[in-house]
Order: sequence, then C-alpha cells, then structure tokens
Amino acid sequence: MSARQYSTAAAAIVLACVMTGCGERPKVYKPAQYQGKTDNLAWDNDRFKGNRVEWEKALKARSEGQNEYTRTGAGVK
Amino acid sequence: MARMKFLCDAERCIECNGCVTACKAEHDIPWGVNRRRVVTLNDGVPGEKSISVACMHCSDAPCMAVCPVDCFYKTAEGVVLHDKDLCIGCGYCFYACPFGAPQFPQDGAFGLRGKMDKCTFCAGGPEADNSEAEYKKYGRNRLAEGKLPACAEMCSTKALLGGDADVVADIYRNRVLKRGKGSEVWGWGTAYGKPEDKPAAPSAATS
Repeated sequence: MSARQYSTAAAAIVLACVMTGCGERPKVYKPAQYQGKTDNLAWDNDRFKGNRVEWEKALKARSEGQNEYTRTGAGVK
Repeated sequence: MARMKFLCDAERCIECNGCVTACKAEHDIPWGVNRRRVVTLNDGVPGEKSISVACMHCSDAPCMAVCPVDCFYKTAEGVVLHDKDLCIGCGYCFYACPFGAPQFPQDGAFGLRGKMDKCTFCAGGPEADNSEAEYKKYGRNRLAEGKLPACAEMCSTKALLGGDADVVADIYRNRVLKRGKGSEVWGWGTAYGKPEDKPAAPSAATS
C-alpha cells in the first residue's frame, strides 16, 4: 500500500467519523422519555384518596351536566 | 379510562370571551398570555362563526415530539402537560403546534422569552396537587378536585364542552340530531365529504 493510499484511507475514516455527527437519529416518541418530575394521578389526593371510581363518577356527573337537554328533562336520547 | 378533550360548537359560540376570562381568572394568568382565545371567521359578516381555541391535548402531540428537553408528558387521562422547571423557552413547540397553544411571557427586557405556558385542562402540573407551587407555575388543578376545566364549565351557551371524549361527543351528536341534521354534520359525511354528484342523466334526445 502506497503512502497515498494510506492517506486516502485515513482521510475517509476521519471523514466518516466526522460526518456521523451530522446524521439524524430516528426519533420515535416514547412516553417514558419524559425527563421531568413525576406527577401523581388526578385521584391520588386527599379528596379522592386514590379512589379512581369515585373520581370518574364525579367527573362524569360534571360532564353530563353540560347537556342541557338531559339537565332540563327535555331529553333527546 | 377517560380521555379528556375539548369540543367547541361553532353554532352556539357567541364570541363572549367568557371562556378566556374564566381561564385568566382561574389561573391568575399574566398579561400577554392567553391560554385560550376566541377566533372568529368572517368577522362582521352576517353568518360569522366563532370558535374557542386552546391546547387540544392531541393524542399524538407534535409539541411532545419536537421538545428538545422532553419536558412534556401525558397524564393517564390524556392531558398533555409540561414541566416548567425543564422548559428552556426555545419556542419549538409553538412552531409545531397547529393551534398556536404554547404561550411565552414576554414581559422582560430585550425580548426575553420566558418558559412556555399553555392550557393544562385545569390539571396543574407535576408539582403536588393544589399546592402553592403548582398554582404559581401552572394554575389551579380542578381535575384533582373532580371538576372540569373552568372555561367549559363557565361557558354560558355551553358551546365549549370539555371532559371525557365519549361523553362530550355524545352531547354534541344529540344536539346535531335535535337541530334536524344528521350525517352531513356529524359522522361519515363530515369526515369524508359529501358523495360526489352523480353525472346528470342524459336528457331526452332533442334533435
């Protein structure tokens, strides 16, 4: 191998190493990638004491309260 | 499990900005930051339509995908929240969001851009529920109190609906049926358009 071939091969290796920094890694969203503080669940507090069913019931009552057809008894269902 | 969503009924919205005011008051939002706003199309023209817009808590949120510090997270109820302690205020989420939801306080000198602020679906942030720290950074956590977002609950015409997607969609579908409409407003016809017009039947030979 001549000196020229050596230098060409070395240049190719260096170039390859340098160019890898320009490449884009595939970024697939993963929920576990979140870096911040952990948040507790909405029902995990003094009011609902971890009772998810109670929390969902309270929220459902509020959600359905937005329907004035049922709230006023004028039902359309 | 509930999947929290907003739905605004453009037929009912009267552009009163009650939702905007409710949000501002509930969370003590600083001047210049609007987590929610009312957009009016064809303003001033008879038949104008208004719609209340904020973070839509996307199922596949682009803000989460572009955030370089991964400060976003999604709660068990599908609410997209972020950690302000991590946010660097770069503004990528603002460019990625199709609704213009991320807001940046600009009250400092030299165009200072603070940490991003956006609608939390009244679910606070990663701080302890209903703590002072949570209120200062993210506002009130109504969801932890078993309540819906203030904007939806305050809406006088109930144009803005919030809550479990199935319940909200059911309310809206019932309204549409009550208006005497059907699939052209709700469902397949809306999503995929009207069926193409059939080619006109050849008229009787008129030679």
